[in-house]
Amino acid sequence: MLLVLVRAVKGPTVIDRLVAINVIGTKSIVLLLFAGILFGQLEMFVDIALGYGLLNYIVSIAASRYYQHRNSLEPEHSPGENPVS
Amino acid sequence: MDYLGYILISTGLLFFLGTTIGLLRFPDFYTRMHAAGKGDTLSTVMILIGCICLVPMGLLLALKILLIINFIFIGSPTATHAMMDAGNKAGATPWRKDSK
Repeated sequence: MLLVLVRAVKGPTVIDRLVAINVIGTKSIVLLLFAGILFGQLEMFVDIALGYGLLNYIVSIAASRYYQHRNSLEPEHSPGENPVS
Repeated sequence: MDYLGYILISTGLLFFLGTTIGLLRFPDFYTRMHAAGKGDTLSTVMILIGCICLVPMGLLLALKILLIINFIFIGSPTATHAMMDAGNKAGATPWRKDSK
C-alpha cells in the first residue's frame, strides 16, 4: 500500500495517480475487513467496507469522466487564471 | 475449510505483491493499468473468499461479504476501462521499445 502511494506521489501524469488511488481504495477495503476481524466487530466493519467500495467506484468513474472531457493531461498554468486541478 | 482459507489468503497476498511491483516498475500508463486492473480484482476476491472460509460468521455477514465481492468484480474492471478510455482520449502515448 505504501509502495503504491509512491507511484501516486511520483507518477508522471495525472492518470497514473488516478490508477494508484483506485488500487489504494481497493486495498483499503481488504484492510477494513482485517481490522474488523482483529477487533471482533465484523458486522460494523463490513458495512463500512461496502460503503467505501461504492464511494471508490464513484470517485474513479467521475474523475476519469472529467479527464475524458478535458482532452489533456497536463494542468494548465496560464498566469491570469487559477490553475485547474 | 481452514486450509482452504489459508491458501486463498496467501495467494491473494501474493497477487497483491505482484500488482504493487507491476504498478511501480512498468514503463507506461497502459501497462500499469493492466497490472492494476487484473491483479487487484483477483486478489481482492481471493482474500475476501478466504475470510469467509476462515472466520466463523453468520449467514447474513457472509452474504454481505459476497455482495462486496460481486460489486468489486463488476465495478473494478469498469473503472479500469473508463480510466483507460480517458487516457486514450487525453493523448497518453503508448510505450515503444525504442522510446527512451
